[in-house]
Amino acid sequence: MSKRPTLHLAFERDIVEIQAQISKLLDLAERRDLDVTEEIEGLSGRLELLKQQTYENLEPMQQVQVARHPSRPYTLDYVERMFTDWVELRGDRTFRDDEAIVGGWARLREHSVMVLGQQKGRDMKENLRRNFGMPHPEGYRKALRLMRQAEKFGRPVIIFIDTPGAYPGVGSEERGIGEAIAFNLREMFRLRVPLISAVIGEGMSGGALGIGITDKILMLEHAIYSVISPEGCAAILWRSADRKEEAARALKLTAHDLLEMGVCDQVIPEPSGGAHSDWDEVAHALEEVLYDTLSGLSKLPPKQLIESRRSKYNSIGAWREA
Amino acid sequence: MAWFRKDKKPLTAQGRRDVPKDVFDKCPGCGEICYRERLGKNLNICPNCNHHMRISVEAYLSILLDKGTFEELNEDLSASDPLGFSDQKSYPERIASAEAKGKNEAVVTGTGTLDGIDITIAVMDFQFIGGSMGSVVGEKIYRVADTAREAKVPLVIVSASGGARMQEGIYSLMQMAKTSAALSRLHDEAIPFVSILTHPTTGGVTASYAMLGDVNLAEPGALIGFAGPRVIEETIKQELPQGFQSAEFVRDHGMVDRVVDRRELKDTVATILRHQYAGWDT
Ligand SMILES: [Zn+2]
Repeated sequence: MSKRPTLHLAFERDIVEIQAQISKLLDLAERRDLDVTEEIEGLSGRLELLKQQTYENLEPMQQVQVARHPSRPYTLDYVERMFTDWVELRGDRTFRDDEAIVGGWARLREHSVMVLGQQKGRDMKENLRRNFGMPHPEGYRKALRLMRQAEKFGRPVIIFIDTPGAYPGVGSEERGIGEAIAFNLREMFRLRVPLISAVIGEGMSGGALGIGITDKILMLEHAIYSVISPEGCAAILWRSADRKEEAARALKLTAHDLLEMGVCDQVIPEPSGGAHSDWDEVAHALEEVLYDTLSGLSKLPPKQLIESRRSKYNSIGAWREA
Repeated sequence: MAWFRKDKKPLTAQGRRDVPKDVFDKCPGCGEICYRERLGKNLNICPNCNHHMRISVEAYLSILLDKGTFEELNEDLSASDPLGFSDQKSYPERIASAEAKGKNEAVVTGTGTLDGIDITIAVMDFQFIGGSMGSVVGEKIYRVADTAREAKVPLVIVSASGGARMQEGIYSLMQMAKTSAALSRLHDEAIPFVSILTHPTTGGVTASYAMLGDVNLAEPGALIGFAGPRVIEETIKQELPQGFQSAEFVRDHGMVDRVVDRRELKDTVATILRHQYAGWDT
């Protein structure tokens, strides 16, 4: 296990407790030179079972909490584990570098690829720099700049989606956040190279979609993708943010919901206990799928790629026609 | 152009019939009491302060299109309830009460001529669940853009929207993508698209087709933005300055080309289209 969660959610309390018991016991065994194999085995078995039970039966709002888990791996954690030769590229060449979106060249096994993603901060200091993963217009413009560079050199683009939304602020509106997202949506439908996205945490609203027009949409098992946050939805439709559980249920925002609705192409299982319980394992699982997906898409000629990308989105929706 | 059949119902100015049968209206801009009849003749623009009051879809069609040329397309598309969504009211109930006002969705699309120029057109209706974009709006915009592409005639969209139709969940978000896909095809084939933003245009519509015009025009004083002003104020814990996100503000920040008086809208669009496109025989 490469990373032990230091923070936990309310429904994870029992899991964390058993984990603490195990490490206490190990500690004791080492100091007193005792054999605790049997006890550890028992506890580990209980832990595994509890994790499975907990994570297989999450309520939608609990899914949202897992997707936002402060110990969950973020874009750069995947970059570190999946790619080599990473070279970060910065700036939109017009206004500034928006650190809520990161991007650059990287190598996925034999493929050179452009990697992009929203990036949340691990602590308050980093979050101030990265604006909690909420991009300004210049973030979307940087993203498009990098995607066009990938296109220029015939390289695919891999996109990690993880944002509470585009930033609703004064500068954001002044510099045209609506236009920046809209322009990306249109231009991503015109790029002549394979585009793959993976929702790794929260994919919230236009802020997620602004870098999310792709040939394949992958989602981690406990990631979410929604038109609005459950809190925002509850505040508007129920007139109280306290009704977020109901809103989360109604919005159908889990990976399995999206797969069923034909928006998500593939759900990638997370380790029992969620992605935050084992960063290496989830990165490995995602890498496998990304590699296979990329290999499939690389065979398609650009014209066909664009055409099927457009048809894919064209078929999303439900209506009645007399 | 033979492609348009021009034998259908003439348009009437219905904008005035929607409101109670009073004789006066109070201008929300300056408080002036105006004669409704006089206001109607002035396209619902306050004679005192130039405030552009809301007008109906039919009123926009009659302002922009030549008399009797409008042909509606895909008028029988209506919302379904793919999520089985229910908050304090069920989604089908919300649709039913919106439909009771006369429209079956938040956008009307079709064809017509504008100063003799064949065009395709979409006009959004803020009265229908806040002009929110769900699957029907997305599909109708997609189809009208496709009609524009096949017939090689310009597209004009008049937007008014509070954003996405939350009751359709992820489907509503994906309509931003779908409409942008349609516009990417128009863009590839150099078919003109003029976007007209009216009060208010926010959320997912701003972050998709409304901002994607070759030329973006806005009505004076219209609220235009991505995030609504209340959301921004809650985020930054400050009051927003006067005029923030107004059409004029958005123009000055480079996101729309011109703020155009409603009375000059048709001429402005016609002039632009003639510059952009020589694909018609007028
Ligand atoms: Zn007035």
